[in-house]
Amino acid sequence: MTQLQTTEVPAAKNPSLAPPDKLAVTLIVNGVEQTLRLAPWTTLLDALRDHLNLTGTKKGCDHGQCGACTVLVEGRRINSCLTFAVMQDGARITTIEGLARNGVLHPLQQAFTDHDAFQCGYCTPGQICSAAGLLAEGKPLTRDEIREAMSGNICRCGAYPNIVAAIEQAMGRT
Amino acid sequence: MSLSAPTCIGASVSRIDGPAKVTGAAKYAAEYVAPDLAHGYVVTSRIARGRIRRIDVSRARRVAGVIDVLTHDNRPQMAAQDDAYRDDVAPEGAPFRPLYNDRILFSGQPIAVVLAEDPEAARFAATLLGVDYDEEPHVTDFLGQRDAAVAAPKGAFGPPPARGSVETALEAAPVRHDADYYVPAETHNPMELYATTAIWDADGRLTVYDKTQGVQNAHTYLCGVFGLKPEDLRVMSPYMGGGFGSGLRPQYQVVLAVLAAKALRRPARVVLTRAQMFELGYRPAMIQRISLGADADGTLRAIAHDAVTMTSRYEDFYRQETGWSGLLYACANASYAHRLARLDLPTPCDMRAPSAATGVYALECAMDELAVALNMDPIALRLKNYSERDQHSGDPYSSKNLRACYEQGAEAFGWAGRAPEPRAMRDGDELIGWGMATGVWEALQMSIGVRIVLSANGHAEVSCATSDIGTGTYTIMAQVAADMLGLPLQDISIRLGDSTLPRSPVEGGSWIAASVANGIAATADAIRADVLRLAQGLPHAPLAGAGPDDVELAEGCVVSRADPSRRTPIADALRHARLERIEREHLTEFAAPKLAHNTHSAVFAEVRIDEDLGLIRVTRVVSAVAAGRILNAKTARSQIMGGVVWGVGMALHEETLIDPAFGRIMNANIADYHVPVNADIHDIEVIFVDEPDAEINHLGVKGLGEIGIVGVAAAIANAVYHATGTRVRDLPITLDKLRR
Repeated sequence: MTQLQTTEVPAAKNPSLAPPDKLAVTLIVNGVEQTLRLAPWTTLLDALRDHLNLTGTKKGCDHGQCGACTVLVEGRRINSCLTFAVMQDGARITTIEGLARNGVLHPLQQAFTDHDAFQCGYCTPGQICSAAGLLAEGKPLTRDEIREAMSGNICRCGAYPNIVAAIEQAMGRT
Repeated sequence: MSLSAPTCIGASVSRIDGPAKVTGAAKYAAEYVAPDLAHGYVVTSRIARGRIRRIDVSRARRVAGVIDVLTHDNRPQMAAQDDAYRDDVAPEGAPFRPLYNDRILFSGQPIAVVLAEDPEAARFAATLLGVDYDEEPHVTDFLGQRDAAVAAPKGAFGPPPARGSVETALEAAPVRHDADYYVPAETHNPMELYATTAIWDADGRLTVYDKTQGVQNAHTYLCGVFGLKPEDLRVMSPYMGGGFGSGLRPQYQVVLAVLAAKALRRPARVVLTRAQMFELGYRPAMIQRISLGADADGTLRAIAHDAVTMTSRYEDFYRQETGWSGLLYACANASYAHRLARLDLPTPCDMRAPSAATGVYALECAMDELAVALNMDPIALRLKNYSERDQHSGDPYSSKNLRACYEQGAEAFGWAGRAPEPRAMRDGDELIGWGMATGVWEALQMSIGVRIVLSANGHAEVSCATSDIGTGTYTIMAQVAADMLGLPLQDISIRLGDSTLPRSPVEGGSWIAASVANGIAATADAIRADVLRLAQGLPHAPLAGAGPDDVELAEGCVVSRADPSRRTPIADALRHARLERIEREHLTEFAAPKLAHNTHSAVFAEVRIDEDLGLIRVTRVVSAVAAGRILNAKTARSQIMGGVVWGVGMALHEETLIDPAFGRIMNANIADYHVPVNADIHDIEVIFVDEPDAEINHLGVKGLGEIGIVGVAAAIANAVYHATGTRVRDLPITLDKLRR
């Protein structure tokens, strides 16, 4: 192995190169209060994955285009890559790890399994959290409206018809 | 084996990895952690061709938390020779060597990796690199290179030999159809970002968690690139968030992660961005010219298929794109030509049904146009030229029930109610079009190793180094093992995605299901013989005198086939021999099949098109598939459904746009590169027609991953023509093309 030409440079001599100072942030994640020290540029997604090791929430684009990072904040579905963790100080956050109760799958988790509403599984936590948020919105939904309302969550494996069927099951239609 | 009454094989079993996936417990490559983990962020080239003159890393290094910046100037040692970088599925050429030297081969090429204590610092510092280039003129304009394209070298993927005399037959044919068809470059875009986490163990060995469709391919590659002893490296990929062919070859992030781990002597992770993933490979754009000649009754007299596809300047990627045309239909005269346009782009790679998705698209649109010219029903034209033999080899098929696909698909779709003329069907403002197409793929199988450990407590562990990229491999492996070992499904555990497990090829080409299922069956045969031998060691053995073929494993026992009351519990047999478990590892090899072997489909599509706006919706698809024995009705349906969704994307949405001025991809994100979303997908019906096949392999399995997409884009394009009377021959069919 070649020796690396490492140069010892004092960190952040030039202020413009200094990362921002960390702040205390409290998140109530799946019912557990967590206080973290996070830089303001850390997204909620990265806080969950890198700081709380809750890797069930997925990163698929980091630009709010795919929906894999969907979580529930105060019961509402959001793209966790599009919000900084510091913006959610004090908020109640539910991730995929928080849906099952006492080892029993959430009805949506069970329905996704029953209907084979995933293949590779990578978009699945986001799909399920998005569906949970959708059901919490409490609107009566036609099948076309479910499709529309779930179109922020891309499934490249193409399980869409099964995702719709799973949501209908969880809505008590089947 | 208990094939006499399989209870698991073929059943609609929910994925055994489902609970892990719906709870977030399934871990993907970027989700393994280790103390002191370094995070890498990749910096890529902004030019398409030239050399790096200088990379100034000084500002980046001054960012707090940055550990190092690796470039070609300071990276650890890597192999120099091309052979070290040639993986199992590499095309001919000189493979790309990440961070090897100053040479720029394509825009988006990795030129540095910034390593930091946290991902944000690495990302920020990556913006501070100063890079100077010696830029050279590049060529990335595919259409402009059509005439400069060179003949594809004759190799395993070269065009098949011509037969008959196409020119004469075309001249003599009373009805002819000639047209160009275009498929743009497309990008896989699996949902998981490409990532690798490399972790040292206490003994200095490296475990690499990689996003790959072939852990052993990646293992061999890394051993070659870094001169590692095989036992000092383990590659793991128990879950993969989609591949679709993009993960068949080791991708550059695995090299960068290992470089980082070696340079820092720390664990390291490299995660690519979505934009960076667009440079990992793509389905090559393809210009095709199809010429068909037929008699007035529809009998095909000639098929000529010429193609030009794109490749890089350093490797020649092609996959016999033209060969499908002369294979599918009975026709005495056929010819093919394939040329390559070598561009300053990364090498293309396999993408779902490589060559067939594109080549059969053109053939099946051309057949539709011929049917219109002949005033014939499109199915009738295909039946008129139905072939019971492989048209290249002349061999009969091990099985081919495409005829049932046409019949059952048409019935389910309601094809008989179709008004033949374009623009004849409408509903309010919407024009309705019905189209169909044939699909074809190969039925391949590869040598594969399987280990079974059967425990006296009635549990079996089945392992193989294959992958489950979402295809359902975990589940079908457990189903086959459950039936073969006579155990309940829940008593089978599966291990895969680990390079230390028995040998497996990469997961691609639809060959894993057939290979691993038969591999498990063969290994279970050996286990059964072992259990019988042990059972015969018992005093007053009920199975005394029986041979391995006289018994099966069922209900936790070894049982006489002739007299099921003669049986010995597996647990008793093992315990009597004072064994807690028996273990067998077996390499299953498949003889070259004597008969032709393919899977087939008939795809029917309904589109509804707003007449004023040109908006296209695919409201119904029926896909009838003939693919031998189906191992799991539920996951098999999902495989085909996923292929149909891909076909909708290919027909209507997907196009990787390359700016010829800068030589870079313009829509390298999934807002501008359109893939189907939930609202784009409506009713999809999947039919598996009965297709027993005693010849292809012991279990009669043919595989399903690719066949689902083949023909779908053509069926939709044909439906669009039927709805509107406008024939669009370049994909995707966007509304502007209908309006011009």
